Amino acid sequence: MADPNPFPGENNTGHVWDDNIRELKNPPPRWWMQGFWLSILWVIGYSILYPTWPLGEGPNRGLLGWTQIKEYEQGLARIEAKRAEFEDRIRDLSADQILADPGLKQYTLASAKVLFGDNCAACHGSGGQGNPGYPVLADDDWLYGGTTAKLTETITGGRQSLMPAHQTMLTEAEVDTLAHWVVAMAETGGEGGSEAGWNLFRSKGCVACHGQTANGHVVDLPNGDFIGVGAANLRDGIWRFEPGGFESARHTILYGVNQKDVPESRSAVMPAFAQPAGKLSAQDIKKLVVYVHSLGGGR
Amino acid sequence: MVQLNTPPESTAPVSVDALYAEADDWHVNAGGQTIHAKRIPGRWRTIKWALASVWLIYLLGPYLRWDGRQAVLFDIPNRQYHLFSVTVLPQDFWMLSLLLLFFAILLAVMTALAGRVWCGFFCFQTVWTDVFTWIEERLEGPPAARRKLDAAPMSLEKLKVRTIKHGLWLLIGVLTGFSFVAWFTDAPTLWRTFFTGQANGAAYVTVALFTVGTYVLAGFLREQTCFWLCPYARIQGVMLDRSTIVPTYDGRRGEPRARLRRTDEGTRTTGDCIDCNQCVAVCPTGVDIRRGQQEGCITCALCIDACDQVMDKIGRPRGLIRYASLDELEGRSTRGLWLRPRIWVYVLILGLSLFGILHGLTALDPLELRVLHERAPLFVLQSDGSIQNKYTLKILNKTHEPLAVRIRAKGHDDLRLVGAEPPIEARPGGVTPATVFVRIPREALEAEQQPIVFRIEAERATGELAVTERESVFVGPEPRSD
Repeated sequence: MADPNPFPGENNTGHVWDDNIRELKNPPPRWWMQGFWLSILWVIGYSILYPTWPLGEGPNRGLLGWTQIKEYEQGLARIEAKRAEFEDRIRDLSADQILADPGLKQYTLASAKVLFGDNCAACHGSGGQGNPGYPVLADDDWLYGGTTAKLTETITGGRQSLMPAHQTMLTEAEVDTLAHWVVAMAETGGEGGSEAGWNLFRSKGCVACHGQTANGHVVDLPNGDFIGVGAANLRDGIWRFEPGGFESARHTILYGVNQKDVPESRSAVMPAFAQPAGKLSAQDIKKLVVYVHSLGGGR
Repeated sequence: MVQLNTPPESTAPVSVDALYAEADDWHVNAGGQTIHAKRIPGRWRTIKWALASVWLIYLLGPYLRWDGRQAVLFDIPNRQYHLFSVTVLPQDFWMLSLLLLFFAILLAVMTALAGRVWCGFFCFQTVWTDVFTWIEERLEGPPAARRKLDAAPMSLEKLKVRTIKHGLWLLIGVLTGFSFVAWFTDAPTLWRTFFTGQANGAAYVTVALFTVGTYVLAGFLREQTCFWLCPYARIQGVMLDRSTIVPTYDGRRGEPRARLRRTDEGTRTTGDCIDCNQCVAVCPTGVDIRRGQQEGCITCALCIDACDQVMDKIGRPRGLIRYASLDELEGRSTRGLWLRPRIWVYVLILGLSLFGILHGLTALDPLELRVLHERAPLFVLQSDGSIQNKYTLKILNKTHEPLAVRIRAKGHDDLRLVGAEPPIEARPGGVTPATVFVRIPREALEAEQQPIVFRIEAERATGELAVTERESVFVGPEPRSD
């Protein structure tokens, strides 16, 4: 190696083996090296400005004080600010007024979708399709009324209906007659109930809750609304308790609804959702009313 | 080229010296030396400027007006793309893919016919570098003077010239970035707000990036970009074939090359090339065209000008370097343009994509409808015994006016549409959702599923009726057998 380069002028490193095998130079382009050094400078600058180096408790803080949590919170604040504009507008409006305003309705539906999913969907299904024992919210058959006022009442205070167990009050034959009558009513839209069934329905006190025409309305009001106690409408094909049909109706008549001392009794309880008993604010409930009203059967 | 491959049957060892000789011959232009190309006037020089002026559209296009607004405006915040009288919404972006296809095939067809036409004449890297070196020549003089100035120590005079040069380069960079931004926002407003600090932050960032990009790429990296950064340079190589015409040195005519001697013109045994190196001197990427097709050649044809000029001077015929195909140079018969199946395929794809774009642009419906059928629940029994399905209609209004959209549904005699009154107010240039219900009496249902067609219509300000339809499905319970 001490010898002078035997191949002067050649682009070699000066390393020569076996007389004529030498290492040639092939350096990366200058601009490439400049980019390489620049990127190292970039890393240094970056690591001063942003959290980079793992220290004991976490990375260094970085001069800019940036953290992911901060960025997330800022993003959230931006969304909240956007929402606040709508929330302020619907605060002073009734559910009916919101329903009449397409823009506000659209916002409310989008916003309440989450509330519905968190609070209602577990029992009533993600689209209000109901579950066995839990009423469908997408139809127009309402136990307590489908106006915004009634819906507000229902969500705010919850609902719990009562139907006495008739296992001791009625004979087996009477129960069967009534159950057959209920099925016939359901299948014919309220027109095909037998005379015997109607007689029992009237004489055994069913009318008190299910109403004179068995439509579940105790008193029909002139404005189209009604007063009811949550008794099912027996004139339509919609069954309060699944799966419906003779056995199902017989079971309900025999053991009633929400009878504490009857173990076979149907259970039908909706808790109160308003604060402090529940967790929803008046604003949340208003939004949910709009949502449920729009599911398919609001009155 | 040094012969490396010894015949397989030969047992003679490959000479080490031959290996080194090849390595010595192998020059890689890695930017160690700045290429100062000579500029000479000529036919191709004129064509080059003429074709490069296409880029004036890029610089001036944003200032065209149409109907009181910018003629071509890519309004990203509002998701509207104005092309003269047409407004394209993101929903019509399938046309963009056809447009990209069109240009990709256009690149392929150009390259297959005449080599890297894009690289040599149209590419922004080539054009901007050309302008930058033109400025350099105005200020610093011809290549020899520039090399001298490069080597000279810093002086007041050098500083002055260099400051002006870099200043102008940066100015062009700013203008390039500014013009880019002007396609995406109202150009006059941009002029008003940009220099008072009121423009959008994205505008400043974009202009800054373009300024730095233009300055570095056209001012310093130049041909290095084509050599080492640009993928198209490599891709286009595979599109050439034997019948592609590219600027080529006619070796049969030129070799053996020899210096010009005045005495022996009548009896010379050497080729036409006088080894004057003018073709290398004018080459913006610094390649020697006499080595044949190579990655550094952007087929800009400037060497043709240089060689023709020399041939004229020494009284030999032009065309020692000319646009020629490999077939032609090797004396093979050349195929006619339309006998090459590749051309037919390219033209077919070009035609189809162009047809698709034109069809798309002329047949843009003012209204578009999407129908989402509610799945939870699929259907609901109502108290009157009817089956109800819920649909969310997404009404896209592509016009500039709000439209009162009436919704109709058909598909069943006893069908009743609920929630479609009053007409939906569809906002211009966007999607307006509407929820409607369809009810059909249960007894009237003959199948679990049946098609339902939604039709929306709205009267435009011109009195024209905009109509569109979309099919969906109505789902019910299994029909009773009785």
